[in-house]
Order: sequence, then C-alpha cells, then structure tokens
Amino acid sequence: MSVELAIPRGYTRVFSRPAALSEAGFTYCPGCHHGIITRLVAEAIDELGILERTVGIAPVGCAVFLDRFFNCDFVQAAHGRACAVATGIKRARPDLVVFTYQGDGDLAAIGTAETVHAANRGENITVIFVNNGIYGMTGGEMAPTTLPGQRTVTTPRGREPRSHGYPLKISEMLAQLDGPAYITRQAVFDYPHIVKAKRAILKAFRNQLEGKGFSLVEILSTCPTNWRMSPVEAGRWVAEEVSRFYPLGDLKDTG
Amino acid sequence: MKRVLMRGNEAIAEAAIRSGLKCYFCYPITPQGELVEYMARELPKRGGVFLQAESEVAAINMVYGAAAAGVRTMTSSSSPGISLKQEGISYIAMARLPCVIVNMMRGGPGLGNIAPAQGDYFQATKGGGHGDYRLIVLAPSSVPEAAELVGLAFDLSDRYRVPAMILADGMIGQMMEPVALPEPVDPAEIPPRPWAVTGAKGRPKNVISSFDLEPEGLRRMNLVLQETYREIERNEVRWEEVETEDAELLLVAYGTMGRIAKTVVRLAREEGLPVGLLRPITLWPFPYGPIRALAERVKAVLTVELSAGQMWEDVRLAVEGRTETPFYGELGGVVPSPGRILEEVRRYVR
Ligand SMILES: Cc1ncc(C[n+]2csc(CCOP(=O)(O)OP(=O)(O)O)c2C)c(N)n1
Ligand code: SF4
Ligand SMILES: [Mg+2]
Repeated sequence: MSVELAIPRGYTRVFSRPAALSEAGFTYCPGCHHGIITRLVAEAIDELGILERTVGIAPVGCAVFLDRFFNCDFVQAAHGRACAVATGIKRARPDLVVFTYQGDGDLAAIGTAETVHAANRGENITVIFVNNGIYGMTGGEMAPTTLPGQRTVTTPRGREPRSHGYPLKISEMLAQLDGPAYITRQAVFDYPHIVKAKRAILKAFRNQLEGKGFSLVEILSTCPTNWRMSPVEAGRWVAEEVSRFYPLGDLKDTG
Repeated sequence: MKRVLMRGNEAIAEAAIRSGLKCYFCYPITPQGELVEYMARELPKRGGVFLQAESEVAAINMVYGAAAAGVRTMTSSSSPGISLKQEGISYIAMARLPCVIVNMMRGGPGLGNIAPAQGDYFQATKGGGHGDYRLIVLAPSSVPEAAELVGLAFDLSDRYRVPAMILADGMIGQMMEPVALPEPVDPAEIPPRPWAVTGAKGRPKNVISSFDLEPEGLRRMNLVLQETYREIERNEVRWEEVETEDAELLLVAYGTMGRIAKTVVRLAREEGLPVGLLRPITLWPFPYGPIRALAERVKAVLTVELSAGQMWEDVRLAVEGRTETPFYGELGGVVPSPGRILEEVRRYVR
C-alpha cells in the first residue's frame, strides 16, 4: 500500500493515487494520454469498489506493463487476443469483473476477429480501447486507424488510402451489431472530456455488473513520441483533427 | 466395470467431462466433429461451459483465459486447426497453465485430407510454437485407452502445470469399441490453484504472464520450465512392450500404427519370426531408455509410422548406433495393411 504524506493542519488532500494502482511508476512516455486513461480506469474500479473481484487483461503494446500498475489480478494476453482471453475468464468465473485494455493495432488489426466476435456474442466484459492512430510500442508504424495523409515510419509520405487502406472505424462497425450493449467514443485532451470519459468508463463497468453485456469505450489518445509532437501539440491535434475524423459520443447504448 | 460401445471422439469427450472439465472451446474440423457435437450436447447439461469460437486462435486463447481462472479446460481440433493454436499454446506453456488439447491428426501438409496420418509428431513433441517448451503428449491406440489417457492428461497437466496433448487420428476418433468409462472425479480431488486469477481478495494479486523484458528474469522463467521438463522425463515415461523378451526385430510404432503393429507381431510370430513391439504411450517424454535397452539385444529396430520418419529421429537418438534402424512409413493418409508391414519385417528377420 502506498505511503501517504501527512497533511499539515488546515490543508485538505485533493489528489492521491487510486487504491487500484500500485506504486510501480507508469512506463508511458511523459505527456502520453495512456497515463490519463490508465488512471481513469483505476479511479472507476475504486469508485465501484470492485478491486477484489476484478481481473484485467494486458495487451501487447505500450500498455503491456499494465499488470504492474494495478493492484488487481491480471492476465497478459497475446497481441490482439485479449477479448478471447477475457471470454475464457468470464465464462469460467462469471462473478469476476473482467476488462481488457487494448491499443488500436491490438484491437483493430491483429485482434479484429476476436474483438468483433466477443462483441457479437455480447460477452459481458468491459473493453477499454486506446486509439492513438499508430503502433506506439514498435516505433510508430501505421495502424488501421491512422488518418489519411498521416506520416508514420511505414507511410513516410503519408497514409494513402488507395494503397494503404482507409482508416478503420471499428467502433462504428461494432455499433451495427446486435450483440453489444454500449459502444462509445471519448477523448481526454482537456478536463471536460476527461470527466466525460471517466463517466463512460464507469458506465461500461456498471453495465457488466448489471449483466448488460459487451461495453466498449474507445478513447482517442496521443503518441507524442511517434507523432513527433509535444504533448500539448498532440492534444491539440486530437481536439482539432482526429476527433473530426472520429466523432466523439455514444455510438450505441441499449440503456 | 460396465462397458459401453463408443466412438473414440465421444469417449474422449465423456472422459473429459468425468475428469471435471468445466470449460470447452472449439472450432469445427473433421475428423473430430463427434467430439464437438458430444460436448455441445452434454457439457452444458452437466454444469460446464461449451463455446464454439470464431477460430482456433480464439478457442485456444479462451482456454488460456479459463485455465488462468483456475478451471479444468480443454480444446480439440485437427492438424490445420492445431497449427493455428500454436501461438496460444506457446503462451500457455510459458504462463504455466494446465489444460488439455486434443489433436485428431489428419493428412497434411496444408489442407491435406481427413484420413489418418501422423505428420504432426514434430509439432506436438518438439514444442510446436515459438520458444523452448514442451507439451506432455499422450498417444492412445484404442478407444478405451483414449478415454483412460484423457484423465491422465488432466492429472499430469495439473501436477506439472504443463499443457497436455492427446495425439491421435481419425481412425481412433471414429472407430467404435467397448469402453469402461472412468468414475466421475470428485471436484475436491482436483488440485487447488492458488496462482489462478480469482480476484485478489485477502491475498496479494496474481498475475498470469509469459513476459519479462529483463533477460535475467526471462531466463529464470525458462529454467523453471526446464526443471519441470526434467522431472517429467524422470517420472512420466509410459510405453507398452509386446513379445520383446526374445525379439530379434523390434518394431516401434504408436497410436494407430501401434495398433496395426500389434497385429503384425502376432502374424510374424505365427510364422515363427522373432518380432516384438515397443509402443510409446507418451511421445513426450519419449521412451528413449526402454528403446535403448532393447537396442542392445535386437538385430534391428524398425520404426513404422504414418509420416516421413518424424518419430524415427527419436528412435535413432535412442538407439545411438547400437543396431540397425530401418524405417517404413506411409504418407498422405494411406494406412498400410498388416500384410504390407509383414513384408517389410521379413526383410530383417527370418
Ligand atoms: C504476434 C505479434 N506480432 C507483432 C508484435 C509486435 N508488436 C508489439 S506492440 C505492436 C503494436 C502495438 O500497437 P497498438 O496496439 O496500437 O498499441 P500502442 O503501443 O499504440 O498503445 C506490435 C505490432 C507482437 N508482439 N506479436
Ligand atoms: S510510444 Fe507513444 S503511445 Fe507509447 S507510451 Fe510513448 S507516447 Fe505513449
Ligand atoms: Mg496504438
């Protein structure tokens, strides 16, 4: 458990580490939105009081160390297979709260089949989908979600949809299915959006607790390192460019 | 004990359910369709989970999840599907999760055909996926033995935390024989799994992972696997010998071929030919020692396989030049008759 500093008389504590998070420092680059999103998930687990019955699934990607950050049980999945692993856990022990946390390469390229079919079966799990439009961990290659014209190390002259394919709007695709309970797209580039994203994450977990089925929260994220931008520029790029291509808001909500 | 007439695939399914199977995940493929059907019909009735996945990749990853959650779990498939499962099996092996995988081998490579073949021996016994790992591989040669080995597969897999594979083919899967089914396992007898992800309540968190970025840490994880494998090699080698006492020619064959080779031994003995058989039951750990001991006194060790000589490599490793090691194999799903093998036998003994 974390060591809390004593608060001098007359002061109130306004910020501390969520109980769901361990003392291991995040391994994300400074200013990366992964850090905000990971913390929001931890806060949601705290607020729902479910830490002792939650199992997280770590992806392959920049969140591969997720099991170190959390104080709950964790399983590290192969690249893209998190939704299948989550299915196995949830079917074996329906009383557990099971969530995956996956990047866009993980969830929308190599793991498309596992994601679509878990959604279509309405698996009663919670999926946190971190869309930064790039393969962060492997050094900035094109992701299925990379915007048209966006430069990456594998699209050095910018993504040309006619030969590289069009950006995949996977949440819109999933929202067409009968299986899912809740599909939403959020962002965390400023405080109001962080508050909304947190609310969406809470709802996605509550849906699971109420047995409503598959809930996915896509969160537009940044990769300042591979986008070659400062964290501030990266946040602005999401606010001004990325969220125009991937509109924010609920795509499906069965209530 | 009461015996019932069952197909191999059904006997394996029933034996698995009686072994305390909780979660079964599959993707349809011939020649193990009856196993899937049986599970779909029986497992939910008996308190288990049956789920048809979108692919073998998904099915094995569901097994990974269920095994991580600490229940007895299984998947079954045939050669092309088993190839797809290799990524997941490698993760399961390194994460040290118990589970059972059934491979009803068919002719390959590629789509091949659905006839009996033994071309997946390398894949099953040498690792199969990436990295240094092993599976416990059990090769039944009859329907009753298949049922018996399923229970053993679950027990060994639990004891050593190593995935176990039942390696058979469509011949064993689809033939009908009388089986004495095992009594259902008392759930209290299934070993506890303190490492499983069940919610970190009143204990430190459990993490199931095959990952360590630090070479020293990953080396330690590998050494644990290797120590376990050495222990399995010491304790779990299983084989059957038929008429080996005075044999001058030793046949080595497993599974469907092991069964045919038994007939060959009988026919050879009727002709007065001193022929014996060693039938490996565990393909890994392989019975190197027993074959080596027999190689000291026979004139030749003839390996008979439905492959181009995959197990033959292990037989030669066992014999290490002590005697002749001829080979006879068939490919593509062609199953040789006992008479055809007898012709081969006559080349080495009189
Ligand atoms: C089967 C397999 N293929 C490729 C890789 C290499 N790899 C590691 S992370 C990654 C992409 C991660 O991108 P994303 O899912 O978007 O996560 P991010 O790092 O951007 O958060 C790839 C291709 C792997 N580990 N396994
Ligand atoms: S590489 Fe990109 S996505 Fe990964 S932690 Fe760094 S900034 Fe974040
Ligand atoms: Mg990404």
